[in-house]
Amino acid sequence: MSNTDSTHHEDQVGHIVPVKFLVFICCILLFLTAVTVWVSRYDFTEINIAEMGIILALAVAIVKATFVGLYFMHLRWDRPFVGFIFVGSILFVVLFIGIALTDTMEYQPSIIKGDTPKVTEAMDKLRH
Amino acid sequence: MTTLTTSNPPVTDNYLNHTKGIKSWLFTLDHKRIGVMYLVCVLLAFLLAGVFAMLIRFQLLTPEGTFMTQDQYNQAFTVHGAIMVFLVIIPAVPAALGNFVLPIMLGAKDVAFPKLNLFSWWLWIFGLVFFLIALGSGGIDTGWTFYTPYSIDKASSMGGVIPALIGAFILGFSSIFTGMNFIVTIHRLRPKGMTWFRMPLFLWATYATAIIQVLATPVIGITLLLLVVERTVGIGIFDPAMGGDPVLYQHFFWFYSHPAVYIMILPAMGVVSELISVHSHRHIFGYKFIAYSSIAIAMFGFLVWGHHMFTSGQSALMNIIFSLITFSVSIPSAVKIFNWLATLYKGSISLNTPMIYGLSFIFIFSIGGLTGLHLATLATDVHLHDSYFVVAHFHYVMMGSALIGFLGGIHHWWPKMTGKMYHENWGRFSAILVFIGFNVTFFSQFMMGSKGMPRRYATYTEMPEFQVYHIWSTAGSVILALGFVICAIYLIQSIFNGKKAPANPWGGRSLEWQCPSPPPWDNFAEQPEVGDCYDYSVLEWNEDEQGYVWKKDAVHPGE
Repeated sequence: MSNTDSTHHEDQVGHIVPVKFLVFICCILLFLTAVTVWVSRYDFTEINIAEMGIILALAVAIVKATFVGLYFMHLRWDRPFVGFIFVGSILFVVLFIGIALTDTMEYQPSIIKGDTPKVTEAMDKLRH
Repeated sequence: MTTLTTSNPPVTDNYLNHTKGIKSWLFTLDHKRIGVMYLVCVLLAFLLAGVFAMLIRFQLLTPEGTFMTQDQYNQAFTVHGAIMVFLVIIPAVPAALGNFVLPIMLGAKDVAFPKLNLFSWWLWIFGLVFFLIALGSGGIDTGWTFYTPYSIDKASSMGGVIPALIGAFILGFSSIFTGMNFIVTIHRLRPKGMTWFRMPLFLWATYATAIIQVLATPVIGITLLLLVVERTVGIGIFDPAMGGDPVLYQHFFWFYSHPAVYIMILPAMGVVSELISVHSHRHIFGYKFIAYSSIAIAMFGFLVWGHHMFTSGQSALMNIIFSLITFSVSIPSAVKIFNWLATLYKGSISLNTPMIYGLSFIFIFSIGGLTGLHLATLATDVHLHDSYFVVAHFHYVMMGSALIGFLGGIHHWWPKMTGKMYHENWGRFSAILVFIGFNVTFFSQFMMGSKGMPRRYATYTEMPEFQVYHIWSTAGSVILALGFVICAIYLIQSIFNGKKAPANPWGGRSLEWQCPSPPPWDNFAEQPEVGDCYDYSVLEWNEDEQGYVWKKDAVHPGE
């Protein structure tokens, strides 16, 4: 028997992207890296938005990751199912990080800073 | 026309004798041999962890403890838990039985990436080596969860923590590679006619498991690596003394470890779907619902990890959300139970050894699942948390269900794997002993837990009223161990003196029963044609073969 007869197992040659095009994408990525460096040096407190540096840096990183996914990872030309898996995986990470951080923020007010007097006393006894 | 054979042709060449020598096994790319190697290794690890389980039970026979110090006791339950989880239950069904059966059931020659498959097995071996190093380098007493801040406190936790963390990290990769291999195999190597809804339910369950393995396991890998970095370099990630957050560790840990419960139970459910249908000789009831419920369990399994953290300091908002979602997991689980029961109804039930394990699974999993509702409820969980009720609950799910499914699978496919039949009456006797022993061991733990006996206590001198429950539990564990010993004896004996197994001893319809026992090197002489894998009306018992064969007038698939 042979599995190569199967309709599910076509022999495919991967999609070939011209080198010039890849170099062009690479240049865009380098330019965006320069933008990130510039953003990190700019003091946004002058325009009263201190977090703008982080927001811009993350926005640039997302654009760069999209370029890498679409062109270097060939998602632009691949079957939509592969793109679905890729986006699904990202949503999955967002779910994980999102819930964990939401919880962290939620319980911050209930944290007692430092040790209670009884704990401090017990710890002192242990140390000595 | 392709003729489907269910009788044993005079095969001399099979996967067991195709090549010879230890190297031909250790470096084999054949999925069946890799499956058998996993099986042997997993059973040896089970023996090791089982010895620690017995030590724990005998320690607790008297309130003062019988022979272990408190530190030794902490080490014993840590080693027992870590080995059982990482080295036994997680790889048991998918890696051992899955590797052997999946490609044959699918009608393929092998898995998609045979070399990666072998590499997974070697990673398992390296993981084991690191666990043994952990045992030899001071031991480990953190509990299998490696909770912070205890696991990063060098003064109190033991020297084996880092080797154990590295071991679990390596085992995680073994699991990821196996899952990836199975996903690609099921997507790419299905032969003509094997559509998604013609696949046996074991394959659906293995597929759902593989999704969890690929998506969740990297998280535990990174978490354990962060723990190693924190312990060695002193970066504050989880340690509050250095600005870290120990609750965050629990989030990271349970994000993997709760889905890991489904890595353990889902393949066992797949096995049970096969056992119940084949041994009641009745078409599985609600095929699509069982298939979809596997995927639903895999998906829901990712959204409920916070129910392990109700008393950890997790916020009230998250507690409520996780409690609500946890209840939803019971729906696809119940779908399976009801469909299995409906399959049994009016079936021609053969109480063979695999079937006894299958029925045990339904009984034990029902108790394990229903007691989970008590722990998903916020108010009762606060009372039951860290008590023996929790210990009993997860043993009913992880040991009573996952391992009994595994044992059922071993007995179901043993004739196919070895080409030999085991002694059926000894098999039945052993299965009943395991069932009784298990319930005596762990039901008594439900009782003491609900009355307040805390877990992880080496002694209970202040609470002597719990001794009677511990005595019952220890007695049950002895019965359980006896069941396992008998099982090991007759299985090993069957390899040497067992009757020759026919191609189809139970009357199964999936493709593995269409090749000889044991299967040839390439699984099938010619590509099998795929039909309804739960339609048993085309088979009949043949006295000469001592197995099931196609009826003479039966219509073959494709005709």
